[in-house]
Amino acid sequence: MAQEYRHIGKSTPRRDAVDIVTGGVNYLGDLRFQNLLHGKVLRSPHPHALIRKIDTSRAKKLAGVKAVLTWEDVPDWRGGMPPVTRILDQKVRFVGDAVALVAATTEEIAKAALRLIEVEYEILPAVFDIEEAIKPGAPQLYDEFPGNVVSPECPLLGPNPLTGVVTGDVSAGFAEADVVVEGTFGYQNIPNPIPPEPPGVIALWEEPQRVTLWGSSQSPALDKMILSSVIGYDIDIRVHGNPIGGSFGTKIVLWQVETYAILLSRAARLPVKLIYTKEEHLATFVLRPESRIEARVGMKRDGTVTAVSGTWLVGTGNHSTTTQAQVAVGCGEVQIMTRCKNWDLKSAIVCTNRNASGSVRGFGGQELKCAFIPVLCLAMEKLGIDPLEFIKKNYIKPGQGYFWRDGNWYDYRGIDYSAAMEEGARRFGWREKWQGWLKPTSVNGSLRRGVGIGVHGNADIGEDVSEAYIRLGIDGTATLISCVTEHGTGQRSNYLKMVAEVLGLPLEKVFISPSDSIITPFDFGPVGSRGTYAIGSAAIAAAEDARRKLLELAAHIFEVPAEDLDTEDGMIFVKGDPDGGVPWIAVGHERTVLGYGRFEPDFTLANCMTTFVEVEVDTETGKVTLLNVVNATDVGQVIDPQGLEGQLNGCLGSSGIDSALMEETIIDHATGRMLNPNLLDYKWRTFAELPVIENVVLETAVSSHRFRAVGVGEVSTSPGPTAILMAVSNAIGVWLHEYPVTPERVLAALAGVVGGVKGGAR
Amino acid sequence: MTVTRKRKSLKRAGENRVRFLVNGNRVDLGIGEEEHQVGYSETLAETLRERLGLTGTKVTCDNGACGTCTVLMDGKAVLSCMTLTVECGGKNITTIEGLRHPETGALDPIQQAFIDEGAFQCGFCTPGIIMSAKALLLENGAPTEHEVKEALSGNFCRCITHYQVVRAVLAAAPGGK
Repeated sequence: MAQEYRHIGKSTPRRDAVDIVTGGVNYLGDLRFQNLLHGKVLRSPHPHALIRKIDTSRAKKLAGVKAVLTWEDVPDWRGGMPPVTRILDQKVRFVGDAVALVAATTEEIAKAALRLIEVEYEILPAVFDIEEAIKPGAPQLYDEFPGNVVSPECPLLGPNPLTGVVTGDVSAGFAEADVVVEGTFGYQNIPNPIPPEPPGVIALWEEPQRVTLWGSSQSPALDKMILSSVIGYDIDIRVHGNPIGGSFGTKIVLWQVETYAILLSRAARLPVKLIYTKEEHLATFVLRPESRIEARVGMKRDGTVTAVSGTWLVGTGNHSTTTQAQVAVGCGEVQIMTRCKNWDLKSAIVCTNRNASGSVRGFGGQELKCAFIPVLCLAMEKLGIDPLEFIKKNYIKPGQGYFWRDGNWYDYRGIDYSAAMEEGARRFGWREKWQGWLKPTSVNGSLRRGVGIGVHGNADIGEDVSEAYIRLGIDGTATLISCVTEHGTGQRSNYLKMVAEVLGLPLEKVFISPSDSIITPFDFGPVGSRGTYAIGSAAIAAAEDARRKLLELAAHIFEVPAEDLDTEDGMIFVKGDPDGGVPWIAVGHERTVLGYGRFEPDFTLANCMTTFVEVEVDTETGKVTLLNVVNATDVGQVIDPQGLEGQLNGCLGSSGIDSALMEETIIDHATGRMLNPNLLDYKWRTFAELPVIENVVLETAVSSHRFRAVGVGEVSTSPGPTAILMAVSNAIGVWLHEYPVTPERVLAALAGVVGGVKGGAR
Repeated sequence: MTVTRKRKSLKRAGENRVRFLVNGNRVDLGIGEEEHQVGYSETLAETLRERLGLTGTKVTCDNGACGTCTVLMDGKAVLSCMTLTVECGGKNITTIEGLRHPETGALDPIQQAFIDEGAFQCGFCTPGIIMSAKALLLENGAPTEHEVKEALSGNFCRCITHYQVVRAVLAAAPGGK
């Protein structure tokens, strides 16, 4: 049972609530500047080509055009991991790759100028399939990546990032298994989380080499770090963090759009706004990585996994910036859900001629597990193991451990999530609905129901560094100085609750600074699942530090040691004597009390989300309807109930559960063109099609920070896709292994069943 | 007499104009291709955001697919990205900025209900959803849950705040329980 707090755990309006409901939030596109130029990108119609000739003379002559840049004009800045991708290159590597940049006084003029640029291409053969790409003789994207295999380096994670899981003796493990299964499965529909606000930036270059950015980054400090590595550490970069209209992990890697605007501003000597259209957003910005695994699993009758071997191919599109880190984290996450002593799981990151993959919530683990869990399911089916029991048995427990992203082993010191799984099962009615593998829960004519379960969790909750300052106003106020932007989770408001709780202040006396990289201390940002534990810890530590300094300053007034003092509502008093207090101003009104807090990475805790789904399949039409979802988790301590509910309901969209039902990016392999880069042809769930969602949230105190909470929002999307495959397969009695389970796929699977659909409700 | 003369002088200058109300304020814009004029292809979303500074109306798809840019035209929900400004003559447009009480600044009950239910996450789609909901409530003061979902089915939300939104709209319905 959670502790009672003044603010923590209570429903309190978000700090930006009134602005949001009145249209008062200024997202990037709402900012107004003097003399602002508009940037546009000319994009390649070919998936793979060399630019033989490019003539910009007509475009440059158009009135209102202030800068036109091609690969011949730009510095040799390189982005990606490893950094091989030029800002503009003589070679284009996907349909939509940047060919030229234009800045003009209006958007219309910039667009007109694009049409005046003449390009002569030498078309090269292209490759779109990750297995084709690694075959001898396949078209090569980069000289630096022979065979289109991207090197696994990832300096951010240290010298030895996880590229697989190799431990124990797999042949001995397979030998002791009761069943050994193998299969090749993929999660290759590259769903796009599509935040409503497109990526973009406003850049101002000032001589000699200073850049100011107003960005749409989910994490300004990380954005600055990545950008510095591309354009040089000698360039003074200032990033203003804005409220952003959704990210879901995607707006971490923005160096391409940012460098376009920076170079245009440098050329034109004016600020340049470059915001992608929705079509550019879908067709050229980051996608989820593709994932395909060829794996072998040994399992005992009691659900013990004795061995896992296999190769995980990860498609990253035309380049990678975060894919290595996603592979590292994914390899860690697969161990968190699978206890096994013997592993031989290896990975390879592969380039193809489509837009780049990047960071998306579920970061590597969702991609790996959506392909790997179907193999586990084959073994469970053969042994007749209830997947709920498997998950309960195999999910990480205190005393066990895992190799995490840096290649090191960590002993897990968090809680046992079995209770949350069991409570979720009870609320869902799992034991009543589960009839066994490939057996429907019920059959009513052509309508067949089935259930599935999935699980996900990660040790990202304590990744990377956060720092924060707290500045106390002697008038009994406090300001949190933090680089964290609001990207939709409400975390900026949650940190204020934590700070107010530590300082004993009402919420309306606590404020938060804008996110500005030259003023605020470093924060890796609300990425992964680190918002609550990592960032929260820094804010709490800063508040505790400020409180201690304040009480030390007041000690002489009361002639007692600072430890004997307390503060509440802006008054300082001797503990137990709240009526004998003095206001904060008593420590002197010409003074700033500044607290500092820092969080060091901690990979010994993990979160957990278990998702139960029930679907109804119409065997005549192939349509799959999602009826019920139960998400079961344990957050240690709820910080904000409404924010938590929103994050958990997020399991459907932003390429979560719906990536198994309808969401997919379709690339025509004949032309390399994306066929659905718009919100009509890319399918998304509407208000009219909502399933019933129930969220089961337990609060078992966890050893994180003083409020004993862990973050869980990110991973709500991740358990769902495999649960959907399981549920639909159970409903129709045939395995479905391809995402998404469209009516066509369902009907095709049913057509393969000799004598029609078997099985039925008992 | 005076009116006629005025018209003639305008005609002589060769200037067409479009006049409409936005949040109760008169808007009177020349039509043409000059920078200070509204072009024939200019959308209402562009006019609101770029010309009138009403950036509360957000644009997501700019293609009529997502409902983010929804405003009210004579009380009905319209997509401002698919509405040409030159066609707005004589219309009464309400944007998210126009929902607050013009004198007291009090929030509209639908806005307050969104705050009470925490019915937003990133907030980018929120103004459009609130305007769609407002249009529904103007037409139907006691909608069922099904009617709320149908009325909002053209609004894109990726954070999945739908459940809290539906509760907020039902709570704000004047005829609701």
